[in-house]
Amino acid sequence: MSVLLHYLPLLGVLVVVAGFALRFNPVPVVVVAGIVSGLAAGKSIGDILALIGTSFVSERALLLFVLTLPAIGVLERAGLREHARHWIASLRGLNVARLLIAYLGLRQILSMLGLTSVAGQAQTVRPLLAPMAEGAAEKRGSPLTPQERNDVRAFSAATDNIGLFFGEDVFIALGAVLLIQGFYAQHGIELEPLQIALWALPTAIAAFVIHAIRAVLLQRRLQRQVGAAADAREEAD
Amino acid sequence: MLRIEQAYWLMALFLAGAAILNLRDRRWSHAAFWGVLAMLVAGGKFVLAAAAAHDNLPAQLAGAGVIALAALSPRMSRGHLRERPADEREADAKKLRHRLLGPALLIPLVTLLVALFGDYLAFDGRRLFDAHQMTLTGLALACLVALVAALRVTRADPASGLVEGRRLLDTLGWAALLPLTLAALGGVFAATGVGTAVADLVRMLIPVHSALACVVAFGLGMVLFTVIMGNAFAAFPVLMAGIGIPLLIRLHGANPAILGAMGMVTGYCGTLFTPMAANYNIVPVALLELPNQGDVIRAQWKTGALLLVVNLALIYLLVFRF
Repeated sequence: MSVLLHYLPLLGVLVVVAGFALRFNPVPVVVVAGIVSGLAAGKSIGDILALIGTSFVSERALLLFVLTLPAIGVLERAGLREHARHWIASLRGLNVARLLIAYLGLRQILSMLGLTSVAGQAQTVRPLLAPMAEGAAEKRGSPLTPQERNDVRAFSAATDNIGLFFGEDVFIALGAVLLIQGFYAQHGIELEPLQIALWALPTAIAAFVIHAIRAVLLQRRLQRQVGAAADAREEAD
Repeated sequence: MLRIEQAYWLMALFLAGAAILNLRDRRWSHAAFWGVLAMLVAGGKFVLAAAAAHDNLPAQLAGAGVIALAALSPRMSRGHLRERPADEREADAKKLRHRLLGPALLIPLVTLLVALFGDYLAFDGRRLFDAHQMTLTGLALACLVALVAALRVTRADPASGLVEGRRLLDTLGWAALLPLTLAALGGVFAATGVGTAVADLVRMLIPVHSALACVVAFGLGMVLFTVIMGNAFAAFPVLMAGIGIPLLIRLHGANPAILGAMGMVTGYCGTLFTPMAANYNIVPVALLELPNQGDVIRAQWKTGALLLVVNLALIYLLVFRF
C-alpha cells in the first residue's frame, strides 16, 4: 500500500502525457496535472492552490519577453520584416546555411559569456533572423512555397534554441554550472566551476558541427526543389 | 535604483493596457485573460512576501487566478489580428531601410551594455542597477529605449506602441502563459515527490553492476525526465541522487565533473524534444505564426537525437578514464 502511495503522484505525469497526446489546450492540462499530483500526494485543496500560486508568481521572469513586443510591433508596422528580407536578399554570397551557421556560432559564444537574454525568439528570431533566413532562401531565384517558408522559420527558431542551450552550459558564473557545483557540494563532493564548465565544451562543439551540417542540408534541399520545379516545367513544355 | 520589480510593473501596465484595448473591442475572454495576468504579475512580490510570512491567502488567491487563466485559455483563439496592409509596409520599408534595424538591434545592444557595465554605474555611491537579475532589468530598459527609438524612426503615434504590442500579444495568446504554468507544475512535481518516484522506477529496471547500463539509464533518464518536466535543471538533482552519485560515482568510480557537465547537457538534448519546454518550443510557433504545434520540435529533434548519441558515447568513454 505504501509502495502504491509512493508512485501515486506520477498520475500528474500521466495527465500531462495524455493531455498533450490528445491535443487538448496545454494550459488547463498543465494546471489539472498539478492539482492531480497534489491530491495524489495527499495535499489539501488550499495547499495545492497556494503551491500553484507561489510557483507561478515566482517564475514571472519567464514572461519578461513580452516587453519586447511594443517596440517590435511598431517596427513591424513600418516594414521591419520586409526590409530584413530584402536586405539579406541583396547581399551576394550570403545563403541560408551561412546565415544560420553564423547566427548559431554567435549565439553560442554570447551564451558562453553569460549573455543569454541578448538574443531570443521574441528579441531576434521573429523580427530579424526568420525574415532574413527567408530572404536568403529566396535568393535561389524562386519564391518559397508556404511549406518551405514554415520550414525555414522553424529551423531559425531551432537554431536559436540550440545556440542558447549548448553555449549556456559552458558559462561558469550562472545557471547550469553553479547548479551542478551546488548539488555536489550538498553531497560532499567539492569541485571548481571551471572544471565543470570545460567538460561541457566537447558537447558544445558537437552541437555546432551537427546543426551546421543540418543547415547545409536544408540549403541543399531548398536548392534541389528549385531544380526539380524547373525540370518539371521543362517537361511540361 | 533600477530593479527587476520595476520591470514587472512595466509588464503589468502593458498587460493591463492590452486588456483595456480588448475590452473596447468586446473581446471579453482576451480582456479577462490579460487583466488577470496583469494582476498576478503586479502582485507577485506581495504574494511571495506573504507566503514567506506564512500567510497563505494571497498565494491561494494567486492560485485561483492561475486556474481562471487556465479556464480562459481554450477561448483564446489565436487568429491573425488586422495588420497594416502589406503594400503600405513595403513602401515604408523602402523609405526607411536600415533605419528600421537600429531600434531592433538596440534591444540586444542595451541589454548587453547593462550586463557588461551595469556593475560599474553608480551615482553618489548608489548603484544605478540592482545586482539581482540585472541582465533582465537591462532587457526591460532596452525594450523601453527601443520603443522610443522605434517611435522616432517611424514617426508613429506613441499609442501605436500599445496597439501593435497588443496585436503581437494576442497573436501569442495562451502560448505566452505556458512557460509560467509549466514552471509552476515543476514546483508542484518537486513538492509532491514525482522526481524520486521516477528515479526509483529507473533503478528497478536496470542491471546496476553494468557500468554501460548505468550510463545509458542515467542519460536516457535525464532525457525522459527533461521531456516530462520541460527543464533539465529539474531532472538533474533527481537523476543524480537516484543513479549518478550512488551507482556511477560511488560504485563505478565515475569522474563527477565530467558526469555533471555532460549529464546536464544530455538533459538539454531532451529540451529539444518536448512541448513542455514551452518558451523554446511552443512560444516561437505562435511568434512565427507556424501552422502546427510541433513545427519547431520537428525542425530540431534530429540535431537533438544525434547529439544525444554523441553525448552518451562521450560519457561512457570519458567518465571512467579521468
